[in-house]
Amino acid sequence: MSEIMIRNLHAGVEGTEILKGVNLTVKQGEIHALMGPNGTGKSTLAYILMGHPKYEVTEGEVFFKGMNILDLDPDERARLGLFLAFQYPVAIPGVSVANFLRTAINSRRKADNPEDKGIPIPQFRTMLKEKMDLLKMDHEFAGRYLNEGFSGGEKKRAEILQMAALQPEIAILDETDSGLDIDALRIVSDGVNALRSDNLGVLVITHYQRILNYIKPDFVHIMLDGQIAESGGPDLALVLEEQGYDWVREKSNPVSA
Amino acid sequence: MARTVVTTTRKKSGERAKEFNFTKEMIPINDGSSDFVRNYRENAWKAYQELAMPTTNDEPWRRTDLRKLKASSFRLPVNGDRSGYQEVPEELLEPLVSDKHAGQIIITPEGAETSTDQSLTKLGVIFSDLKTAEKEHPEILQKILGKVVKSDEGKFAALSSAFAEDGILVYVPRNVRVEQPLHSVLWGPGIDVAYFSHILIWLEEGASLTYVHEAASTDEPQGQTLHAGLIEINVESGADLRFVELQSWGEHVWNFTHKRALVGKDANIDWVFAAVGSHLTKDFSDLDLVGEGAVGKMSGFYFTDKNQHLDHDTQQNHFAPNTTSDLLFKGALMEESRSVWQGMIYVAPGAQKTDGYQANRNLVLSRQARADSIPGLEIMADDVRCTHGATVGKIDPDELFYLRSRGIALPEAERLVVEGFFEPIMQRIPFDGVKNRLNQAINRKMAQN
Repeated sequence: MSEIMIRNLHAGVEGTEILKGVNLTVKQGEIHALMGPNGTGKSTLAYILMGHPKYEVTEGEVFFKGMNILDLDPDERARLGLFLAFQYPVAIPGVSVANFLRTAINSRRKADNPEDKGIPIPQFRTMLKEKMDLLKMDHEFAGRYLNEGFSGGEKKRAEILQMAALQPEIAILDETDSGLDIDALRIVSDGVNALRSDNLGVLVITHYQRILNYIKPDFVHIMLDGQIAESGGPDLALVLEEQGYDWVREKSNPVSA
Repeated sequence: MARTVVTTTRKKSGERAKEFNFTKEMIPINDGSSDFVRNYRENAWKAYQELAMPTTNDEPWRRTDLRKLKASSFRLPVNGDRSGYQEVPEELLEPLVSDKHAGQIIITPEGAETSTDQSLTKLGVIFSDLKTAEKEHPEILQKILGKVVKSDEGKFAALSSAFAEDGILVYVPRNVRVEQPLHSVLWGPGIDVAYFSHILIWLEEGASLTYVHEAASTDEPQGQTLHAGLIEINVESGADLRFVELQSWGEHVWNFTHKRALVGKDANIDWVFAAVGSHLTKDFSDLDLVGEGAVGKMSGFYFTDKNQHLDHDTQQNHFAPNTTSDLLFKGALMEESRSVWQGMIYVAPGAQKTDGYQANRNLVLSRQARADSIPGLEIMADDVRCTHGATVGKIDPDELFYLRSRGIALPEAERLVVEGFFEPIMQRIPFDGVKNRLNQAINRKMAQN
């Protein structure tokens, strides 16, 4: 059973500290929600876990499968079983969804076995169609250029499609609910729920309680000013929904309140 | 990822490169040559002598410097000289646009080797090397040789006109539609050699043809080789030509080409340029839409590395009303290589209802590489639609991070972005064999780094 363990993580960008000692552990099979107001470092945490070169880690460790992954390149982390569903996925012009996913799958296979000839095309097609059906996606989607001209909902669905195809052990969903109408949110959530298993740990990053009506978390954490200020069960999200964040602020920092 | 670039740098020096050692006595005279061909070559020689070696003070040559050309070191290839000779690689002889071809001509310093389907001959199609054509088809030759590209258009045009013995004549008579493609290869191995080529393509009214020509050589680590060539194309009324040129010269070859296609009334040309080779190329390619309703499409692919320098000068000339041109050139540059694309859409007075488009996109993959992109419009009619665009960009680091976050290692991620960049050009090349060759070139160049 693998887990990602974040210990005392401090990080920032261009000398400004954003994460100020984050501690969090997500195990396979668990769903954690990370909530908090804008600008508290939730998305920064997602990027840092995936290894975005823009951010600098100044202290702390992130353990996954027995190693400190902060020393690894983003592609190495991905091949270990880490996945990030981006809040704003970029377009890759001229590269089809199918070509991209096949390259990603083959990268893993080749890393495991340099002799590997890649996934047989019929097998890949069958797998991709299954996953697209799961997410109620038209099969023509596979031939479209990745994220180019996709609607907000299509981009998010494409992220979940990638997650379904790449079968990570730990997935971070960075504000996957943002910009989605209720129907799109339901489809994306259904997709995530369909992938839910003992083999998948998920960190759902969100502002809003809304998505948690569909993806039921086992644990809820509240992030304030670069730290986890409060952790609890699913009820914590409901408390936030009713009372906002102020009580957490007061509790974590009574002096300034 | 893209930004528009207007380059205004100017080379300081207009110093001239050395002159060649060629003499009038070296002009080929074959037993069967007609007076017409002899006169053509002699006149070209005169033009050559009168024209100065281009310098960076000459506008079309501003960005392409010839001073390192060892002009005096080149000799003409000697027929049958096998010293240091290397055979044409098998892969160059494979069909590129279909599973077979109706005819193939391989030109090497050994001579020309021709194989054509008998059905072609019955239809009156001529697909012949130039030497044979001089003997067997002087009347056809006389109607196209020097009629599309003039010998005095430039120093290298004159040189090619005077000396080119290597060449191809393609003639498709009226209303003949050649179903299987034709294929030719010019193979120019060795160093210190000057290769001259002259390709003539003539499609009569209503004719149709697909033709692939490749110029290639060995890669020599030392020394230089010269190639100067002409391509003259005449696509008459209602005819339809798909022409693919592959430029695969070794990275020691200095390559100079003048090309022009005349496109008649309601005729169509689909012209593909794929350039991955040569040390230095200066190419002039003109599309002359001379008949009403003529359509021309020009699709260019270039990928440079090391210290390659490719300079493509294109003209889309709308001389008649209701003509359409569509040009897309895309290039990627690695290491210290450099590309120049300078394009012009010209619309003649009275050429109304013209639709002209040109775009040049460059992807610069190293800090030392440089792409110059200079679009231009000159419009003398008032009811036209002309658009152009030029961009020089780098790979967006966010794209790479995204791909890497899916487990794709950096070199593979870069290759994928480059492949995607070229995809719009690949979409315009309806031939899988050609696409495969270009993808191989991308993989080869990117794997070296």
